[in-house]
Amino acid sequence: MCLDCNCGQPQNHSHDHSHDHSHDHGKKHSHTHLQLGLDLLARNNELAQQNRQRFASSGLTVINLLSSPGSGKTALLERLAKDWAPQHPLAVVVGDLATDNDAQRLRRAGVEAIQITTGQACHLEAAMVQRAVAELQLNELELLVIENVGNLVCPAAYDLGESLRLVMLSVTEGEDKPLKYPSMFQSADLVLISKIDLASAVEFNHGLAHRHIKQVAPAATVLELSAKTGAGMEQLYGLLQQGRGG
Amino acid sequence: MHELSLMETIRDLALNQAQSHGAARIEAVRLRIGSLAGVEPEALNFAFEVLMANTIGAGARLEIETLPAEWFCAPCARPFRAEDYLGLCPSCGAISRELRQGRELQLTSLELS
Ligand SMILES: Nc1nc2c(ncn2[C@@H]2O[C@H](COP(=O)(O)OP(=O)(O)O)[C@@H](O)[C@H]2O)c(=O)[nH]1
Ligand SMILES: [Mg+2]
Ligand SMILES: [Zn+2]
Ligand SMILES: [Zn+2]
Repeated sequence: MCLDCNCGQPQNHSHDHSHDHSHDHGKKHSHTHLQLGLDLLARNNELAQQNRQRFASSGLTVINLLSSPGSGKTALLERLAKDWAPQHPLAVVVGDLATDNDAQRLRRAGVEAIQITTGQACHLEAAMVQRAVAELQLNELELLVIENVGNLVCPAAYDLGESLRLVMLSVTEGEDKPLKYPSMFQSADLVLISKIDLASAVEFNHGLAHRHIKQVAPAATVLELSAKTGAGMEQLYGLLQQGRGG
Repeated sequence: MHELSLMETIRDLALNQAQSHGAARIEAVRLRIGSLAGVEPEALNFAFEVLMANTIGAGARLEIETLPAEWFCAPCARPFRAEDYLGLCPSCGAISRELRQGRELQLTSLELS
Protein backbone atom coordinates (compact mmCIF):
# COMPACT_ATOMS: atom_id res chain seq x y z
CA MET A 1 0.00 0.00 0.00
CA CYS A 2 0.89 3.61 -0.24
CA LEU A 3 3.01 4.20 2.83
CA ASP A 4 3.62 7.87 2.33
CA CYS A 5 0.09 9.13 2.66
CA ASN A 6 -1.43 6.11 4.42
CA CYS A 7 -4.35 6.21 2.03
CA GLY A 8 -4.52 2.44 2.08
CA GLN A 9 -4.70 2.16 -1.68
CA PRO A 10 -2.63 -0.19 -3.79
CA GLN A 11 0.58 1.40 -4.96
CA ASN A 12 -0.36 2.03 -8.56
CA HIS A 13 -2.70 4.91 -8.05
CA SER A 14 -2.84 8.60 -8.23
CA HIS A 15 -4.85 10.85 -5.98
CA ASP A 16 -5.22 14.29 -4.59
CA HIS A 17 -4.51 15.31 -1.08
CA SER A 18 -3.13 18.26 0.75
CA HIS A 19 0.11 18.27 2.66
CA ASP A 20 0.71 19.97 5.93
CA HIS A 21 4.45 20.41 5.62
CA SER A 22 6.02 23.47 7.16
CA HIS A 23 6.41 24.85 3.66
CA ASP A 24 2.73 24.31 3.10
CA HIS A 25 1.87 25.66 -0.31
CA GLY A 26 -1.80 25.56 0.42
CA LYS A 27 -2.58 23.94 -2.91
CA LYS A 28 -3.74 20.48 -3.75
CA HIS A 29 -1.54 18.43 -5.98
CA SER A 30 -1.44 14.85 -7.14
CA HIS A 31 1.24 12.26 -6.86
CA THR A 32 1.63 8.93 -8.53
CA HIS A 33 3.20 5.72 -7.35
CA LEU A 34 4.66 4.08 -10.35
CA GLN A 35 5.55 0.40 -10.02
CA LEU A 36 8.55 -0.53 -12.15
CA GLY A 37 10.35 -3.62 -10.89
CA LEU A 38 13.26 -2.99 -13.25
CA ASP A 39 16.35 -5.16 -12.92
CA LEU A 40 19.33 -2.84 -13.08
CA LEU A 41 21.51 -5.48 -14.70
CA ALA A 42 18.91 -6.46 -17.30
CA ARG A 43 20.27 -4.10 -19.94
CA ASN A 44 23.78 -5.44 -19.46
CA ASN A 45 22.56 -9.02 -19.69
CA GLU A 46 20.74 -8.22 -22.92
CA LEU A 47 23.82 -6.65 -24.48
CA ALA A 48 25.96 -9.54 -23.28
CA GLN A 49 23.62 -11.94 -25.02
CA GLN A 50 23.96 -9.92 -28.22
CA ASN A 51 27.73 -10.08 -27.90
CA ARG A 52 27.58 -13.81 -27.29
CA GLN A 53 25.55 -14.41 -30.45
CA ARG A 54 27.87 -12.24 -32.48
CA PHE A 55 30.96 -14.08 -31.16
CA ALA A 56 29.39 -17.47 -31.79
CA SER A 57 28.48 -16.59 -35.35
CA SER A 58 32.14 -15.68 -35.95
CA GLY A 59 33.23 -19.01 -34.46
CA LEU A 60 35.19 -17.10 -31.85
CA THR A 61 36.26 -18.22 -28.39
CA VAL A 62 36.05 -15.28 -25.99
CA ILE A 63 37.71 -15.24 -22.59
CA ASN A 64 36.83 -12.90 -19.75
CA LEU A 65 40.09 -12.73 -17.78
CA LEU A 66 39.64 -11.71 -14.17
CA SER A 67 41.91 -11.18 -11.18
CA SER A 68 43.17 -8.72 -8.60
CA PRO A 69 45.47 -5.98 -9.89
CA GLY A 70 48.95 -7.35 -10.50
CA SER A 71 48.17 -11.07 -10.61
CA GLY A 72 49.78 -11.28 -14.03
CA LYS A 73 46.96 -10.97 -16.56
CA THR A 74 48.88 -8.81 -19.01
CA ALA A 75 52.05 -10.86 -18.57
CA LEU A 76 50.10 -14.01 -19.44
CA LEU A 77 48.70 -12.34 -22.53
CA GLU A 78 52.15 -11.14 -23.60
CA ARG A 79 53.28 -14.75 -23.42
CA LEU A 80 50.20 -15.89 -25.30
CA ALA A 81 50.93 -13.27 -27.96
CA LYS A 82 54.40 -14.67 -28.53
CA ASP A 83 53.77 -18.42 -28.29
CA TRP A 84 50.23 -18.86 -29.49
CA ALA A 85 49.14 -15.92 -31.61
CA PRO A 86 51.44 -16.66 -34.57
CA GLN A 87 49.37 -19.78 -35.35
CA HIS A 88 46.09 -18.69 -33.79
CA PRO A 89 44.92 -15.14 -34.53
CA LEU A 90 44.32 -13.36 -31.24
CA ALA A 91 43.11 -9.93 -30.21
CA VAL A 92 42.80 -8.40 -26.77
CA VAL A 93 40.39 -5.89 -25.30
CA VAL A 94 41.81 -4.49 -22.08
CA GLY A 95 40.05 -2.48 -19.43
CA ASP A 96 41.96 -0.12 -17.21
CA LEU A 97 41.03 2.77 -14.99
CA ALA A 98 43.23 5.39 -16.54
CA THR A 99 46.20 4.39 -18.63
CA ASP A 100 46.74 2.48 -21.83
CA ASN A 101 49.99 0.91 -20.62
CA ASP A 102 48.63 -2.62 -20.91
CA ALA A 103 47.49 -2.13 -24.50
CA GLN A 104 50.93 -0.75 -25.34
CA ARG A 105 52.65 -3.73 -23.72
CA LEU A 106 50.45 -6.08 -25.73
CA ARG A 107 51.02 -4.25 -29.02
CA ARG A 108 54.75 -4.46 -28.41
CA ALA A 109 54.25 -8.21 -28.01
CA GLY A 110 52.69 -8.19 -31.46
CA VAL A 111 48.98 -8.51 -30.77
CA GLU A 112 46.12 -6.24 -31.70
CA ALA A 113 44.96 -4.60 -28.49
CA ILE A 114 42.11 -2.22 -27.83
CA GLN A 115 42.11 -0.23 -24.63
CA ILE A 116 38.93 0.64 -22.80
CA THR A 117 39.57 3.31 -20.20
CA THR A 118 36.76 2.98 -17.73
CA GLY A 119 37.32 6.20 -15.84
CA GLN A 120 35.74 5.71 -12.44
CA ALA A 121 34.12 2.38 -13.32
CA CYS A 122 35.62 -0.60 -11.57
CA HIS A 123 34.51 -3.25 -14.04
CA LEU A 124 33.81 -3.73 -17.73
CA GLU A 125 30.25 -3.86 -19.02
CA ALA A 126 28.85 -5.56 -22.10
CA ALA A 127 28.20 -2.20 -23.80
CA MET A 128 31.88 -1.22 -23.52
CA VAL A 129 32.94 -4.51 -25.06
CA GLN A 130 30.40 -4.11 -27.83
CA ARG A 131 31.84 -0.71 -28.74
CA ALA A 132 35.42 -1.95 -28.53
CA VAL A 133 34.98 -5.00 -30.76
CA ALA A 134 33.42 -2.86 -33.49
CA GLU A 135 37.03 -2.00 -34.35
CA LEU A 136 37.98 -5.65 -34.86
CA GLN A 137 37.58 -8.08 -37.75
CA LEU A 138 36.04 -10.81 -35.66
CA ASN A 139 35.83 -13.27 -38.53
CA GLU A 140 39.60 -13.27 -38.85
CA LEU A 141 40.15 -14.13 -35.19
CA GLU A 142 40.25 -17.39 -33.36
CA LEU A 143 40.48 -16.05 -29.84
CA LEU A 144 39.48 -12.81 -28.17
CA VAL A 145 40.62 -12.15 -24.63
CA ILE A 146 39.01 -9.46 -22.54
CA GLU A 147 41.35 -8.40 -19.74
CA ASN A 148 38.93 -7.05 -17.18
CA VAL A 149 39.70 -4.32 -14.65
CA GLY A 150 41.78 -5.69 -11.78
CA ASN A 151 39.08 -6.29 -9.19
CA LEU A 152 37.68 -9.46 -7.66
CA VAL A 153 34.36 -8.00 -6.60
CA CYS A 154 32.10 -6.34 -9.11
CA PRO A 155 33.19 -7.76 -12.49
CA ALA A 156 31.62 -11.03 -11.30
CA ALA A 157 28.15 -9.53 -11.72
CA TYR A 158 28.67 -8.30 -15.28
CA ASP A 159 28.32 -10.79 -18.09
CA LEU A 160 30.24 -9.60 -21.14
CA GLY A 161 29.11 -12.32 -23.53
CA GLU A 162 32.24 -14.43 -23.02
CA SER A 163 32.40 -18.16 -23.66
CA LEU A 164 34.88 -18.74 -20.83
CA ARG A 165 35.54 -17.13 -17.50
CA LEU A 166 39.12 -17.37 -16.45
CA VAL A 167 39.91 -16.29 -12.91
CA MET A 168 43.53 -15.85 -11.98
CA LEU A 169 45.15 -15.98 -8.58
CA SER A 170 48.88 -15.48 -8.08
CA VAL A 171 50.84 -17.43 -5.48
CA THR A 172 51.75 -14.16 -3.74
CA GLU A 173 48.12 -13.36 -2.91
CA GLY A 174 47.54 -16.09 -0.36
CA GLU A 175 45.72 -19.39 -0.53
CA ASP A 176 42.48 -18.10 0.96
CA LYS A 177 41.56 -15.68 -1.85
CA PRO A 178 38.88 -18.04 -3.21
CA LEU A 179 37.14 -18.05 0.17
CA LYS A 180 37.30 -14.28 0.41
CA TYR A 181 35.86 -13.73 -3.07
CA PRO A 182 33.62 -16.75 -3.60
CA SER A 183 31.22 -15.15 -6.04
CA MET A 184 34.11 -14.42 -8.39
CA PHE A 185 35.61 -17.89 -8.12
CA GLN A 186 32.23 -19.59 -8.30
CA SER A 187 31.72 -18.10 -11.75
CA ALA A 188 35.04 -19.43 -13.12
CA ASP A 189 35.32 -22.10 -15.80
CA LEU A 190 39.06 -22.11 -15.41
CA VAL A 191 41.15 -21.02 -12.43
CA LEU A 192 44.79 -20.19 -13.10
CA ILE A 193 47.32 -20.13 -10.29
CA SER A 194 49.92 -17.73 -11.65
CA LYS A 195 53.55 -16.84 -10.82
CA ILE A 196 54.17 -20.44 -9.88
CA ASP A 197 57.92 -19.72 -10.24
CA LEU A 198 57.61 -17.78 -6.97
CA ALA A 199 55.78 -20.55 -5.12
CA SER A 200 58.62 -21.75 -2.94
CA ALA A 201 59.86 -18.23 -2.22
CA VAL A 202 56.50 -17.35 -0.68
CA GLU A 203 55.98 -20.85 0.80
CA PHE A 204 52.85 -21.30 -1.24
CA ASN A 205 50.70 -24.15 0.04
CA HIS A 206 49.54 -25.86 -3.18
CA GLY A 207 47.24 -28.37 -1.49
CA LEU A 208 45.47 -25.72 0.53
CA ALA A 209 44.93 -23.44 -2.47
CA HIS A 210 43.54 -26.28 -4.56
CA ARG A 211 41.27 -27.33 -1.72
CA HIS A 212 39.86 -23.82 -1.37
CA ILE A 213 39.25 -23.53 -5.09
CA LYS A 214 37.58 -26.93 -5.16
CA GLN A 215 35.37 -25.92 -2.26
CA VAL A 216 34.07 -22.81 -4.02
CA ALA A 217 34.24 -23.87 -7.67
CA PRO A 218 34.12 -27.68 -7.78
CA ALA A 219 33.55 -27.85 -11.53
CA ALA A 220 36.37 -25.49 -12.56
CA THR A 221 39.56 -26.74 -14.17
CA VAL A 222 42.63 -25.56 -12.24
CA LEU A 223 46.05 -24.94 -13.79
CA GLU A 224 49.30 -23.76 -12.25
CA LEU A 225 51.51 -21.71 -14.53
CA SER A 226 54.17 -19.06 -14.87
CA ALA A 227 54.17 -16.43 -17.58
CA LYS A 228 57.80 -15.82 -16.68
CA THR A 229 59.24 -19.33 -17.10
CA GLY A 230 56.49 -20.70 -19.33
CA ALA A 231 55.71 -23.55 -16.93
CA GLY A 232 52.16 -24.83 -17.42
CA MET A 233 51.58 -22.78 -20.54
CA GLU A 234 51.39 -25.83 -22.81
CA GLN A 235 48.47 -27.15 -20.80
CA LEU A 236 46.69 -23.83 -21.16
CA TYR A 237 47.26 -23.90 -24.92
CA GLY A 238 45.85 -27.41 -24.97
CA LEU A 239 42.64 -26.20 -23.33
CA LEU A 240 42.41 -23.21 -25.63
CA GLN A 241 42.86 -25.52 -28.60
CA GLN A 242 39.73 -27.31 -27.49
CA GLY A 243 38.09 -23.91 -27.15
CA ARG A 244 36.99 -24.59 -23.64
CA GLY A 245 38.05 -24.44 -20.03
CA GLY A 246 38.16 -28.15 -19.36
CA MET B 1 32.21 -0.58 -5.58
CA HIS B 2 30.22 0.65 -8.55
CA GLU B 3 27.46 2.53 -6.80
CA LEU B 4 28.08 5.63 -8.85
CA SER B 5 27.62 3.91 -12.21
CA LEU B 6 24.61 1.98 -10.91
CA MET B 7 23.10 5.20 -9.71
CA GLU B 8 23.60 6.72 -13.16
CA THR B 9 21.50 3.89 -14.56
CA ILE B 10 18.88 4.48 -11.88
CA ARG B 11 18.83 8.23 -12.51
CA ASP B 12 18.42 7.76 -16.26
CA LEU B 13 15.62 5.23 -15.83
CA ALA B 14 13.86 7.45 -13.30
CA LEU B 15 14.13 10.61 -15.39
CA ASN B 16 12.87 8.77 -18.48
CA GLN B 17 9.90 7.37 -16.62
CA ALA B 18 9.10 10.72 -15.05
CA GLN B 19 9.22 12.41 -18.41
CA SER B 20 7.04 9.86 -20.16
CA HIS B 21 4.48 10.20 -17.38
CA GLY B 22 4.52 13.96 -17.64
CA ALA B 23 5.66 14.37 -14.04
CA ALA B 24 6.90 17.67 -12.74
CA ARG B 25 8.95 16.16 -9.96
CA ILE B 26 10.32 12.89 -8.68
CA GLU B 27 9.40 12.69 -4.99
CA ALA B 28 10.85 9.29 -4.16
CA VAL B 29 12.87 6.48 -5.68
CA ARG B 30 12.60 2.98 -4.23
CA LEU B 31 15.19 0.29 -4.68
CA ARG B 32 15.36 -3.33 -3.67
CA ILE B 33 18.92 -4.43 -3.02
CA GLY B 34 20.09 -7.92 -2.14
CA SER B 35 22.46 -8.00 0.80
CA LEU B 36 25.04 -9.80 -1.38
CA ALA B 37 24.67 -7.59 -4.43
CA GLY B 38 27.96 -5.94 -3.58
CA VAL B 39 26.68 -2.41 -3.13
CA GLU B 40 26.66 -0.26 -0.03
CA PRO B 41 23.43 1.60 0.76
CA GLU B 42 25.48 4.46 2.16
CA ALA B 43 27.41 4.85 -1.08
CA LEU B 44 24.13 4.66 -3.00
CA ASN B 45 22.72 7.48 -0.88
CA PHE B 46 25.74 9.59 -1.54
CA ALA B 47 25.66 8.90 -5.29
CA PHE B 48 21.93 9.63 -5.36
CA GLU B 49 22.34 13.09 -3.90
CA VAL B 50 25.18 13.94 -6.21
CA LEU B 51 23.51 12.66 -9.37
CA MET B 52 19.99 13.92 -8.73
CA ALA B 53 21.12 17.49 -8.12
CA ASN B 54 19.89 19.85 -10.83
CA THR B 55 17.27 17.40 -12.08
CA ILE B 56 13.54 17.19 -11.36
CA GLY B 57 14.56 14.56 -8.79
CA ALA B 58 16.70 16.93 -6.73
CA GLY B 59 15.81 16.49 -3.07
CA ALA B 60 13.87 13.28 -3.70
CA ARG B 61 13.87 10.53 -1.07
CA LEU B 62 15.83 7.38 -1.72
CA GLU B 63 14.26 4.38 -0.03
CA ILE B 64 16.24 1.18 -0.04
CA GLU B 65 14.73 -2.15 0.89
CA THR B 66 17.45 -4.67 1.68
CA LEU B 67 16.74 -8.33 1.02
CA PRO B 68 18.60 -10.84 3.19
CA ALA B 69 20.58 -13.61 1.52
CA GLU B 70 18.70 -16.84 1.18
CA TRP B 71 20.49 -19.98 0.07
CA PHE B 72 19.35 -23.46 -0.71
CA CYS B 73 21.27 -26.51 0.48
CA ALA B 74 20.89 -29.38 -1.99
CA PRO B 75 22.06 -32.19 0.34
CA CYS B 76 19.67 -31.06 3.10
CA ALA B 77 17.02 -30.03 0.56
CA ARG B 78 16.20 -26.89 2.46
CA PRO B 79 16.75 -23.14 2.41
CA PHE B 80 18.84 -21.28 4.95
CA ARG B 81 19.97 -17.74 5.70
CA ALA B 82 23.64 -16.72 5.70
CA GLU B 83 25.19 -13.35 5.05
CA ASP B 84 28.77 -14.48 4.49
CA TYR B 85 28.99 -14.73 0.67
CA LEU B 86 30.11 -18.32 0.99
CA GLY B 87 26.76 -19.89 1.76
CA LEU B 88 27.83 -22.41 4.38
CA CYS B 89 24.89 -24.60 5.34
CA PRO B 90 24.47 -24.39 9.12
CA SER B 91 23.22 -27.99 9.29
CA CYS B 92 25.69 -29.93 7.16
CA GLY B 93 28.49 -27.43 6.45
CA ALA B 94 28.30 -27.83 2.68
CA ILE B 95 28.87 -24.77 0.51
CA SER B 96 25.66 -23.92 -1.26
CA ARG B 97 25.75 -23.16 -4.94
CA GLU B 98 22.28 -21.76 -5.01
CA LEU B 99 21.71 -18.22 -3.84
CA ARG B 100 17.95 -17.84 -4.19
CA GLN B 101 17.78 -14.30 -2.92
CA GLY B 102 20.42 -11.70 -2.17
CA ARG B 103 21.82 -10.50 -5.50
CA GLU B 104 18.85 -8.29 -6.44
CA LEU B 105 19.47 -4.85 -7.88
CA GLN B 106 16.07 -3.45 -8.67
CA LEU B 107 14.39 -0.14 -9.23
CA THR B 108 11.04 -1.07 -7.69
CA SER B 109 8.99 2.10 -7.88
CA LEU B 110 8.89 5.83 -8.24
CA GLU B 111 6.73 8.43 -6.63
CA LEU B 112 6.01 11.23 -9.05
CA SER B 113 4.13 14.47 -8.74
N1 LIG C 1 57.84 -13.90 -11.12
C1 LIG C 1 56.79 -13.67 -11.91
N2 LIG C 1 56.30 -12.42 -12.03
C2 LIG C 1 55.24 -12.22 -12.82
C3 LIG C 1 54.61 -13.27 -13.50
N3 LIG C 1 53.55 -12.77 -14.20
C4 LIG C 1 53.54 -11.44 -13.94
N4 LIG C 1 54.55 -11.11 -13.12
C5 LIG C 1 54.87 -9.74 -12.62
O1 LIG C 1 53.77 -9.27 -11.85
C6 LIG C 1 53.58 -7.87 -12.06
C7 LIG C 1 52.16 -7.61 -12.51
O2 LIG C 1 51.92 -8.25 -13.75
P1 LIG C 1 50.80 -7.76 -14.77
O3 LIG C 1 50.83 -8.69 -15.91
O4 LIG C 1 50.96 -6.32 -15.08
O5 LIG C 1 49.49 -7.96 -13.89
P2 LIG C 1 47.97 -7.54 -14.20
O6 LIG C 1 47.69 -6.31 -13.42
O7 LIG C 1 47.15 -8.68 -13.70
O8 LIG C 1 47.84 -7.34 -15.67
C8 LIG C 1 54.61 -7.46 -13.10
O9 LIG C 1 55.71 -6.89 -12.41
C9 LIG C 1 54.99 -8.76 -13.75
O10 LIG C 1 56.30 -8.75 -14.25
C10 LIG C 1 55.15 -14.60 -13.36
O11 LIG C 1 54.66 -15.60 -13.91
N5 LIG C 1 56.23 -14.74 -12.53
MG1 LIG D 1 47.05 -5.70 -16.78
ZN1 LIG E 1 32.16 -2.21 -10.56
ZN1 LIG F 1 23.06 -28.69 4.31
